[in-house]
Amino acid sequence: MFQIDCPWCGPRDQQEFSYAGEGGIQRPQDPSATTDAEWADYLFMRRNPRGMHHEQWRHVHGCGQFFQVTRHTVTYRIESIRRMGESAAAGGESS
Amino acid sequence: MNNRYSIFSLARNALSHHEKWGRAWRSAEPQPEYDVVIIGAGGHGLATAYYLAREHGITNVAVVEKGWLGGGNTARNTTIVRSNYLYDESAHLFEKSLKLWEGLSQELNYNVMFSQRGVYNLGHTLQEMRDIHRRVNANRLNGIDGEVVNAEQIKRAVPYLNTSPNARYPILGSSFQPRAGTARHDGVAWGFARAADARGVDIIENCEVTNILRDGGRVTGVETTRGTIKAKKVGIVVAGHSGVLADMAGFRLPIESHPLQALVSEPVKPILDTVIMSNAVHGYISQSDKGELVIGAGIDSYTGYGQRGSFNIIEDTLAAIKELFPVFSRMRMLRHWGGIVDITPDATPIIGKTPVENLFINCGWGTGGFKATPGSGWVFAHTLATGEPHPINAAFSLDRYTTGYLVDEHGAAGVAH
Ligand SMILES: Cc1cc2nc3c(=O)[nH]c(=O)nc-3n(C[C@H](O)[C@H](O)[C@H](O)COP(=O)(O)OP(=O)(O)OC[C@H]3O[C@@H](n4cnc5c(N)ncnc54)[C@H](O)[C@@H]3O)c2cc1C
Ligand SMILES: [Zn+2]
Repeated sequence: MFQIDCPWCGPRDQQEFSYAGEGGIQRPQDPSATTDAEWADYLFMRRNPRGMHHEQWRHVHGCGQFFQVTRHTVTYRIESIRRMGESAAAGGESS
Repeated sequence: MNNRYSIFSLARNALSHHEKWGRAWRSAEPQPEYDVVIIGAGGHGLATAYYLAREHGITNVAVVEKGWLGGGNTARNTTIVRSNYLYDESAHLFEKSLKLWEGLSQELNYNVMFSQRGVYNLGHTLQEMRDIHRRVNANRLNGIDGEVVNAEQIKRAVPYLNTSPNARYPILGSSFQPRAGTARHDGVAWGFARAADARGVDIIENCEVTNILRDGGRVTGVETTRGTIKAKKVGIVVAGHSGVLADMAGFRLPIESHPLQALVSEPVKPILDTVIMSNAVHGYISQSDKGELVIGAGIDSYTGYGQRGSFNIIEDTLAAIKELFPVFSRMRMLRHWGGIVDITPDATPIIGKTPVENLFINCGWGTGGFKATPGSGWVFAHTLATGEPHPINAAFSLDRYTTGYLVDEHGAAGVAH
């Protein structure tokens, strides 16, 4: 259990948020030129690291916004939080 | 098998005050090379080693474990065993396993305390009841036992369950699988370890795999904290850490690791002689032979390797149990813990080849793999020995995510455990 510092509302209990999966995944630019293997990679394959993870959360019981979080998956400590569109460099740790 | 356990060995050892029982398995030193190295001495890895030796005569095998044997999810789960899955592919796999469970204590000469006390999967809405009818019919077509029971019948079988029509989530009926039940989790790991060891398998604890060695797309061995071990074939069976091992071998998996918690109450006199699971209120409960209520529920939504979960999950779980059994509201909880479960997008395991030649993987059992321990080991041993999947695990390949042939058991199989 931990707190998350919503970039719009400030620190709130993790229970107010929903986890929205690995961040930074890009939909293939040209779908008709994309192979089955590339689709599978985009749809299903995940980094799932034991360590720093770049991920998305949504403040469902608050402002409703999606935003980016870099969190350690063993200690659960949050390294940085950024609004959508803000680059990793602006927020510190990249993954 | 030397050191056979029997009524006579029990009597003989009683004479020496049970101080002279021999070790159940050797503490093996890693050899430079094996035919097969299995990574992970959980129930699945140990069962794989046992069936490699027993079914395929392959005994030059090591099982390497980073901690102690059976310290992962095998020893952290709520031990529910059943085979009433909806789709044919899963039904065949889990039923193979259930059949092996039925003879396991005899076969291993080790009491795994498999108790066929039956499992109820409750329905609280009309839609759930329709799904239950569909699932029980599908099970019967696959030769798997099961029946649909109504609220009146459940009330007679489980008198303390709140079957009042005025409940917040009234129980309308349930599926019941009589051959389902529970088993002793540690006993399963120990029984397979002892039986595999007796056939010559080396079980090497405190030996963490740190790299997977390859040569031109083919596996050649593993790097461990106790040195390099060469191997003709390698099997990864590490549950929540599957992604970490795949990363060492240079490929990715459709898996995310999440904390899953369970808890037990103080021990009380026998009060619940079956297993109750509810999807709608989301909780499941049974009573151990020691008398503790064994309780579990859902995963934390975020990924994590911390082997601990959020307090709010415990709160939700106990709210669900109290909804089902108001009589348990004053029970004190003694312990709670977490395991790391390997969740796939279709809630179905991956058992087969990897992009690396002679490297095989058995993972993605998520919240429900304990019941599959013997069956998983049996099909994975076949896969390792022959290089090809058995017909029972052919559908569970990694490339189903590319072909689109998913086996989507989400929700289809009642609660996911
Ligand atoms: C709280 C909880 C409740 C559950 N309830 C049920 C239930 O009621 N019914 C059911 O069917 N299933 C249940 N499950 C799921 C079940 O426990 C698992 O699917 C199953 O036990 C997985 O078995 P395993 O042998 O693959 O994993 P594990 O027992 O976790 O074994 C994997 C082993 O690999 C080792 N390992 C990891 N990395 C390395 C490395 N680098 N080198 C060497 N070794 C390594 C680990 O230390 C571990 O011992 C539950 C799980 C949890 C956590
Ligand atoms: Zn907010």
